[in-house]
Amino acid sequence: MTKNITVRYFAGFREHAGVAEEEVSLAVSNAGDVFESLKHRHGSEEPLGHCKVAVNDEMADWDAVVNDGDIVLLFPPVAGG
Amino acid sequence: MLITSATIHPEELKKNLTDHGAGAYVSFEGWIRDQNDGQEVLRLEYEVYEPVAVAEGKKVIAEAMQKFPLLHVNCVHRSGLLEIGDCAVWVGVTSAHRDEAFSACRYIIDKVKVRLPIWKKEHYVAGHSDWVNCERCVTHGHQHPQASVS
Repeated sequence: MTKNITVRYFAGFREHAGVAEEEVSLAVSNAGDVFESLKHRHGSEEPLGHCKVAVNDEMADWDAVVNDGDIVLLFPPVAGG
Repeated sequence: MLITSATIHPEELKKNLTDHGAGAYVSFEGWIRDQNDGQEVLRLEYEVYEPVAVAEGKKVIAEAMQKFPLLHVNCVHRSGLLEIGDCAVWVGVTSAHRDEAFSACRYIIDKVKVRLPIWKKEHYVAGHSDWVNCERCVTHGHQHPQASVS
């Protein structure tokens, strides 16, 4: 089933995509599917485990279910401190 | 847990942790270094997604409070453009004894570095700039994966 999702890109992902946010319609079930489906947008060659994801401003696992209308935040590898 | 674009003043932050029951105060300051991985660094830029960074930082602090018998804890991380020598992150803890203060401070800074949605872009003297990828360095087993803060 196709879901309408808002995707937000950060740091290097945003620079690759050329936008900070976009609406997408994807046939996905979880957050990992969103990451894989949008590789051409965020451009990441990183293993999934190196990146992080939040759904509706809550940190999530890659197998977290994504629902129609959700906001998925794709985080490149973090580098705080 | 605070994210700020303003200069961090550790001595001011320390005052909020004072407690007559405290026998120990341990803090960590991360500073911007002028070189990384053989390249001369001019300045550094932190991008922070504040809503999740603050929430996750609060979780880390709550975990530390759970694990160690602490009196007071605080953590502040910078956002925006930083110059060489600037304080990028500060962690302060007070407790009755030093062991738990050292352990908790270490726990918090280690978790903050790998869990909060914070990214840094190094601007080099040579003119180019690049996002720092700590996870990749961790995979490769580097001792000091991060860019300009020890």
